[in-house]
Amino acid sequence: MFDLDRFQEIWVTITRNKVRSFLTGFGVFWGIFMLVIMMGAGTGLQRGMMKGIKGFSTNSCFMGAAPTGEAYKGFKKGRNWSMRNRDLEILQRSIPELDVLSPVLWGGRFPNNVVYGDNSGTYSVRGLHANYQFIENPFLTQGRFINEIDIVQRRKVCVIGTKVYEDLFPTRGNPIGRQLRVNGIYFQIIGVAEGVQGMQLGARTSESVSIPFTTMQQINNQGDVIHMIAATAKPGHSVKAMEERMKEILKANNDISPTDTQAIWSFNMEEQFNMFSYLFLGIIILIWIVGSGTLIAGIVGVSNIMLVTVKERTKEIGVRRALGAKPKTIITQIMSESLVLTSIAGLLGLSFGVLCLHLADVYWLQKAENVFLSDPMVSFGTAIGSTIILLGSGLLAGLLPAARALKIKAIDAIREE
Amino acid sequence: MIDLKGVNKTYYGGAALHVLKGIDLHIAQGEMVSIMGASGSGKSTLLNILGILDTYDTGEYYLNNLLIRNLSETKAAELRNKMIGFIFQSFNLINFKNAVENVALPLYYQGISRRKRNNIALEYLDRMGLKDWAHHLPSELSGGQKQRVAIARALIAKPQIILADEPTGALDSKTSEEVIQILREVNKEGMTMIIVTHEHSVANATDKIIRLKDGVIESIEVQEGCLI
Repeated sequence: MFDLDRFQEIWVTITRNKVRSFLTGFGVFWGIFMLVIMMGAGTGLQRGMMKGIKGFSTNSCFMGAAPTGEAYKGFKKGRNWSMRNRDLEILQRSIPELDVLSPVLWGGRFPNNVVYGDNSGTYSVRGLHANYQFIENPFLTQGRFINEIDIVQRRKVCVIGTKVYEDLFPTRGNPIGRQLRVNGIYFQIIGVAEGVQGMQLGARTSESVSIPFTTMQQINNQGDVIHMIAATAKPGHSVKAMEERMKEILKANNDISPTDTQAIWSFNMEEQFNMFSYLFLGIIILIWIVGSGTLIAGIVGVSNIMLVTVKERTKEIGVRRALGAKPKTIITQIMSESLVLTSIAGLLGLSFGVLCLHLADVYWLQKAENVFLSDPMVSFGTAIGSTIILLGSGLLAGLLPAARALKIKAIDAIREE
Repeated sequence: MIDLKGVNKTYYGGAALHVLKGIDLHIAQGEMVSIMGASGSGKSTLLNILGILDTYDTGEYYLNNLLIRNLSETKAAELRNKMIGFIFQSFNLINFKNAVENVALPLYYQGISRRKRNNIALEYLDRMGLKDWAHHLPSELSGGQKQRVAIARALIAKPQIILADEPTGALDSKTSEEVIQILREVNKEGMTMIIVTHEHSVANATDKIIRLKDGVIESIEVQEGCLI
């Protein structure tokens, strides 16, 4: 219920000492403002990072060969070994939860190893399977990705990164069908890929040239050696469990001790994502601690000033009580004052914080490059939550002063002596 | 109207101070009584008890046949609001409210609507001859005017008694006389009135002078044919 009389009383008290009310309210304003800004920045950071790795399968894992750590079956410790094409077949056959599999090979990276006409640049060269597009979304801007026929026929075709395209085609002509010299051999360009910007395995897709892995094996002249295996698990299966299973099979297949922990290096995105999640959780908790700390400082300020106000108004409160103001009326009066002051200051802080986030987004982040923030904003739930916290803390701030006001006896206040 | 039977009051701040030592007092409806006494005689304490601003230890206090004892703060506030009008030495107007709002304050605590109570307040201000000052703040009024506003405020809730604590203490003799005259007129309309004062001129204008000394009633002097 809205009581105009009561509101007027509250308003008069708050505006009677404008500077003091302003400074008091500023504490709360600043507390909420900081909370909103930090929450927005935190969310923005999270969104920025997530946007960077969007398109990368979260249920993917990667592994490669390393010198063995144990002697086994007559082989000495420290043996160099390689994964080969037959490993792919065995893995595919023996692990039902395995979804797609792609070998990855690294080609030579020499100064100006990629040449088109008069332009040249230094880029990584990768040999991939067609399935790689299901592990890292290539985000093709032109043309197509490597397909099965390219693999089977060992075609000399390549998908170039957007950065490669920009560097080698300064006039932005159509690159599809053009011949590109990569490490001395000509490849036909079939597509331009942007890839996932926030993640890189060796090199970003945008800054590399991808060719069929079979073609790469033939060029390298190392038989069917594979440098890395990338795989994804079927939905509903843990990639971590599958990663372990794959390693077991690879070890069994390559005369490596089952207990050897060094022979295969690997990592999976599930763990990386979990790490991110914990990181962000940590950031959010930190923000709440710092933000609510600032807010509490503001609330204490309000409470403190209200105590002073009550002290100053001892006489007035005494007179009111002599004239028939009930204790309830006095409590309501003081609490409402505190509530109105904190609400106004807090909601202003909330609005101003949201405005600042929006302006930063529109005038800075959307234009800036290489910023790790994206869409900094607070969720509606957070805004509602902060408002409830505000109202609650406003009441809390009024509690002590109201109790103090109740202790004022009419006689003490009125008497002159 | 007012009946005190053996009222005792002791203050326990540090050393116990026995302020009222068995007060027996009867004040009838429509009487105008003054209470006199040196400082420390207990007259203010008596006034506070009469005004339900303070409690007493033993004895009985009947206000309009209602025993005033062990009241909750809420009940006491309600009784103060409806039965007692206060007039103070330093007026005690609320300085950020204008004359009408000050006068209307007791009705605000009764929950009467703004328009209605301001109209009533305006009537009472008119009776005090302050209609033209109705929308002035206390700081824009003279001492006499402020006390007249305070009297209007004390009267507005139609109380049973008016308690005045040194009502002329902060006024010069001429305005004092005016204020006493107003109080006398109010009394003539049937209002019971108790005035605490140390000024003989004020006391002489009342029907009865009660003299307090060291917490007991020293004498009650009835003034025959008191007229101003």
